[in-house]
Amino acid sequence: MTDRLQPGTAVRVRAAFPPGHVRTPFFLRGKNGRIESLAGDFPNPEELAYGRPGLPRRALYRVVFRQSDLWPGYPGKTADTLVADIFEHWLDPVP
Amino acid sequence: MRRIHDMGGLPAGSIDSAGHDYAPWEKRVDAIMRLLTRPDRQTMTVDELRRGIEDLGPGAYDRLNYYQRWIASIANILIERGVIGVDELGRRMADVEARWRADGRTRRDIEP
Repeated sequence: MTDRLQPGTAVRVRAAFPPGHVRTPFFLRGKNGRIESLAGDFPNPEELAYGRPGLPRRALYRVVFRQSDLWPGYPGKTADTLVADIFEHWLDPVP
Repeated sequence: MRRIHDMGGLPAGSIDSAGHDYAPWEKRVDAIMRLLTRPDRQTMTVDELRRGIEDLGPGAYDRLNYYQRWIASIANILIERGVIGVDELGRRMADVEARWRADGRTRRDIEP
């Protein structure tokens, strides 16, 4: 398991498009957000989906995104956010 | 490539959020899934169910309703796992359909 990402850390969701069962929503791939909190460690659903044990467990983070970063021409408030559960192996730190 | 089920953020119509009751067969599908995912037996996982639904492909995914997708996925996964056989399932489905027809019902009676 990699080092824990601390709340507030800037991250980018990997712009990856593997086949198979993926829990990272398409609309978040390649987007920047910040770690809100750690949800826990869970077997990897990408492996569980094919009947494998999904071990080692992976850290699942709640990641907060600004709505205006997700949708071009977002008409709402700039303070509007969205929180999504993203597994550690889908997150890269933003330098 | 965006897959058919991964539709977050796409333009869509309004959503009917009114509550509705479930048909007896839908409750049965739910019960089957609960039994198959029981922790002490774990014949399959909810992740496999989701993978099976996503692998139905755009045509079937759009045509089937919620629990029809579930049972289609469950059947495929149980066949993959060797829990049931293709011929066994096919014969059983034909038996059930024959019984329904004998009662004067048709396939339409179980479709939405």
